[in-house]
Amino acid sequence: MAARIMIAFAARRCLSALPTLLIVITLAFFMMRLAPGGPFDQERALPPEIERNVLAAYNLDQPLWRQYLDYLADLTRGDFGPSFKYRDFTVAELIANGFPASLQIGGLAMLCAIVFGVGLGTVAALHQNSPLDYTVMTFAMTGIAVPNFVMAPLLTLLFGVYLSLLPVAGWGDGAWANKLLPVIALALPQVAYIARLTRGSMIEVLNSNYIRTARAKGLREGLVVTRHAVKGALLPVVSYLGPATAAVATGSVVIETIFDIPGTGRYFVEGALNRDYPLVMGVVVFYAAMIIALNLAVDLLYGLMDPKLRRP
Amino acid sequence: MDELLSVADLETRFRTPEGEVAAVAGVSFAIDPGESLGVVGESGSGKSQVFLSIMGLLAKNGRCSGQVRFRGEDILGLPAARLNALRGSRMSMIFQDPMTSLNPYLTVSRQLTEVVVEHLGLSRDQARARALEALERVGLPDPAARIDLYPHAFSGGMRQRVMIAMAILCQPELLIADEPTTALDVTIQAQILDLMRVLKRESNTATVIITHDLGVVAGLCDQVMVMYAGRLVETGSVREIFYQPRHPYTRGLLRAMPRLDDIQDGLLDTIPGQPPNLQALPPGCAYQERCPQVYPRCRSERPELRILGPRRGVACHLELGP
Repeated sequence: MAARIMIAFAARRCLSALPTLLIVITLAFFMMRLAPGGPFDQERALPPEIERNVLAAYNLDQPLWRQYLDYLADLTRGDFGPSFKYRDFTVAELIANGFPASLQIGGLAMLCAIVFGVGLGTVAALHQNSPLDYTVMTFAMTGIAVPNFVMAPLLTLLFGVYLSLLPVAGWGDGAWANKLLPVIALALPQVAYIARLTRGSMIEVLNSNYIRTARAKGLREGLVVTRHAVKGALLPVVSYLGPATAAVATGSVVIETIFDIPGTGRYFVEGALNRDYPLVMGVVVFYAAMIIALNLAVDLLYGLMDPKLRRP
Repeated sequence: MDELLSVADLETRFRTPEGEVAAVAGVSFAIDPGESLGVVGESGSGKSQVFLSIMGLLAKNGRCSGQVRFRGEDILGLPAARLNALRGSRMSMIFQDPMTSLNPYLTVSRQLTEVVVEHLGLSRDQARARALEALERVGLPDPAARIDLYPHAFSGGMRQRVMIAMAILCQPELLIADEPTTALDVTIQAQILDLMRVLKRESNTATVIITHDLGVVAGLCDQVMVMYAGRLVETGSVREIFYQPRHPYTRGLLRAMPRLDDIQDGLLDTIPGQPPNLQALPPGCAYQERCPQVYPRCRSERPELRILGPRRGVACHLELGP
């Protein structure tokens, strides 16, 4: 019974995601075209007849609304089109090419964010207003305040250049040493935010009546926290996981470029600079769909955790 | 018989941004095994804080001093790890608000069984059988079908029954009920009070009922303590408190009780004014501003609790003259 409600809910959410996707595609499409320049502009202008031929080859000579509708039609067939810059590859191939690296960096960053964020937040809450609490919260404030494009070069400078412990950039075929700094730079703001969130909700839960009941029952403090407090305290964190994945996805665009990681995010930046319209659009659509799907997964997880939403 | 619980000179203070407040001061009393004590007072009189102090459940900014002996062992201010051997097994507590006092994220069965698993070391199956038995005892309809549900599937009265079942699982020697019926409908209140009465008759558990409802006390208790502004103002047997009240506050409370046989003018007596601010208590008696029989002496000298008998005391200058 509950499972059927879940499936119905998921189906409804998938349907309602379509208009969202359409809006994202439309905005991205026209913003991209508003940017000055085009995919085939070079230092020296092409002879007019050659330029005409090139534009015609990619249907760029059509009116904009026509191109937009064509693009939508292609998308419904699952065709992201060819890349203008990497002429031998389709956009789908480039995304498939870059995604494993992006997924590893992003997934590890999310994992760090959850593990360290929840851990630090809980420790701070259990030692509320102690020096330990203030240390964690100062760290968290710094993590939130310093943007990742500042944090990443600072980390590189410290660990890569001064201490020479880790490579300053590059992928190194996915070696651990190469992943460490990008993952830290990407995770740090999320660790900080989740730590603050966890601390706040944990303090609230620890002061609630049902925790007093658990203590009155003579349960060990460890059990009071792990069995009675954690579940309620984590609900706000779970609802933040959707926005967190979005933040990590956008952050990865910057981080992959800084650390020269061959991921989807770097293709996006290069695509934007080269006015490689189909590549940029492809990455936008792909990320938008992924974030929508992850938000749906988070909502389902929330439903599993809160017994009130599970009512048959 | 030996005293089960004896409290001497208990004082509970809270640090607040506006300074320290003594929520409880100079409270002494004792409870015999199997005895039933009613603690009466209005909101903020410190009646709950006395027992939260004893249970080691004060809010973080609370500190208490004095002496509390449970079966002769000094337990006040023991670290939680040592108190846990007593809490939930030999002394347990029921709280005012059953809607928020159960954990919404755990099944009722989990919340009940963990008590006996922790204290008596029973296996999961034994614990479950014991929990079902307790739910049966507190009159929860169809416990086998309900035990695996979450609290939100229960009504307020059913949740309070679950709370009571949880408190009696280990057959405690002392059961403290902090306003167990305040948050419930009148008909459910009567059912819960009946249940408390049955449990009291069937076991040798000493009970403390904290309440502002003198009617509850009359039906359930042997002894009564009346508290005002953190102090005891009168103690005595139910009979003495109801028929020979000696403190003007106790008399005021009794007059303020609605009575079915009072058909004179249909107006309910009230005690004028409000309880004093604990942070700015006047010198002398805390009740002076509301007392109809105040003496000049009451404004300068705080009346100590005068012992009038083995379980009888009053803190008032009235009978001593101005």
